Amino acid sequence: MNAVVTATGLTKRYKNTLALDDVSFRIESGRIVGLIGPNGAGKTTALKAILGLTDFRGELNVLGFDPRSQRDRLMEQVCFIADVAVLPRWIRVREAIDFVANVHPRFNRAKCEAFLARTKLTPDQRVKQMSKGMIVQLHLALVMAIDARLLVLDEPTLGLDILYRKQFYQSLLEDYFDENKTIIVTTHQVEEIEHILTDLMFIRDGKLVLDTDMDAVGERFAEVMVSADKAEAARQLKPLDERQVFGKSIFLFDGADRAVLERMGEVRRPTVSDLFVATMKGTYA
Amino acid sequence: MKTFYWLMKREYWEHRGGLLWAPVITGAVFLILNLMAIITAEVLGSRHGAMMIGGNDFRTMIEHADAGDLANIGSAVDVAMLSSMSLIGIVMGLVVLFYCLGSLYDDRRDRSVLFWKSLPVSNTSTVLSKVVSAAVIAPVIAVFVSIICGVMQLFIYAVVLSLHGVNIWQLLTLAHPFRVIGSLLSAVPLYSLWALPAVGWLMFCSAWSRTKPFLWAMAVPVVVGLMVSWFGIMGLFNLPTAWFWTHVVQRVLLSVFPGSSIVFSDHNLSSMSDMDSNDPLSVLSPGHTYGLLATPNLWLGVVAGAALIAGAIWFRRVRDDS
Repeated sequence: MNAVVTATGLTKRYKNTLALDDVSFRIESGRIVGLIGPNGAGKTTALKAILGLTDFRGELNVLGFDPRSQRDRLMEQVCFIADVAVLPRWIRVREAIDFVANVHPRFNRAKCEAFLARTKLTPDQRVKQMSKGMIVQLHLALVMAIDARLLVLDEPTLGLDILYRKQFYQSLLEDYFDENKTIIVTTHQVEEIEHILTDLMFIRDGKLVLDTDMDAVGERFAEVMVSADKAEAARQLKPLDERQVFGKSIFLFDGADRAVLERMGEVRRPTVSDLFVATMKGTYA
Repeated sequence: MKTFYWLMKREYWEHRGGLLWAPVITGAVFLILNLMAIITAEVLGSRHGAMMIGGNDFRTMIEHADAGDLANIGSAVDVAMLSSMSLIGIVMGLVVLFYCLGSLYDDRRDRSVLFWKSLPVSNTSTVLSKVVSAAVIAPVIAVFVSIICGVMQLFIYAVVLSLHGVNIWQLLTLAHPFRVIGSLLSAVPLYSLWALPAVGWLMFCSAWSRTKPFLWAMAVPVVVGLMVSWFGIMGLFNLPTAWFWTHVVQRVLLSVFPGSSIVFSDHNLSSMSDMDSNDPLSVLSPGHTYGLLATPNLWLGVVAGAALIAGAIWFRRVRDDS
């Protein structure tokens, strides 16, 4: 296994807030990692550090480069889409393709044009004439045509309708992702990326509170639907979270004994969003 | 090198309006105004039956002119050809001023800097491509537009005068259109060097300021200048207070205007007096303007400009507010 990103003791302090607090993690090649956290938890700061867009303390190695000092070479191997509206508004589709084709050594023009042929975009169209969804289509077409080893997506589908969102992730999976590529994605629409993630990281107040792969999530966490008479017994097992549905209680357990849980009720694998809500309880309180 | 070429092309795409259309439209407006003036003159002239300049018939004036008068007519034609340049030059100075102020700020404001920074292009090449666009591409385009405009103007005069029976070939041999063109072309490298401190300062503000680069770029030198005047700091260096205004404030703000070297530089002002008054072209001739290369004013400006551009590159890398 070769690591794409290795972070040790990553710390970033803005004037009076600690955006990243001594974070250490490792991302292997060929994974799709969801970096999930509430607003202001430090997600974007972590991504900026990986992309060399901000200074930080600690050790960070991305594809063998230090993003602070070797950024220009690193960016040949790394792509990112930060939010939807970062393409310059004056640029035309044709100009954007020409420019990227000529400054990026790993850009495949045919691939980009093939992808754009499936959209309504025309070569002379300017970004300012496009809807948010179309801007993302253009950006994705540019990025997917680059044979990069690491793709960083920071809220790539924010403000898009569900058709564009589905299409976005579908294109990524079908036409882009393979075992040599790694994707790091942050989003608030957790349900939509849940099924494509291989790894999960929860970040809260600048600290990683969960760093695991999706298989382990199923083994470690369990959700049990318990009828009212057994609820008290379930509470004894110290659940992470409890909520009420149709007069029954749903408990979320971390590392509890399967056999015990199964005697109390129906055991399910929790969704990432339920897990997220349970983990982040009290963040804004 | 290929990357740098495409970075320049990118600047041209984004700023086609300022770099190309602003001078072209200025030139066109200038020619149209000239045409209108000529038509007015024709209409008024036809009432008097002859082409009148200062109460004299122009044709008889040329016929009776001696050598000195003919040289004056030639100079007048040269100046007419150059006059379009002065207007285009002012417009170009404004374009360069605002181009520099926006160059490293606008993309931070609309966050498209995140897209540019996602490409394997170093901050140094990005900033330098903008410096070259401001200090070389903008004046080259302006000079070419001026030349075309000047030639067209010469052509218009020639046609109008030939309709009045004036021998245009004689008139054109009196003028020095190629010398005018040569002088204009030769002014470009000098402009690039002379404008560097202003380009550097404006781009430094553009890269550094979080908001309102225009305000910072104007306010800092002016406020510092006022403080210097107020407390008489220049006295410590045995220099007059005005020195600070002419050598710092004007240089970082107004050097983007072509021709400002002729107006501001002490060297030129002093040597202007011993110039041939019958030959206005000599103000712009390389033999005269390139004397600037021997002045510390120019080279200190270049050094300051380079330092400011280095600062702009540094802030381009570390400014993290998008």
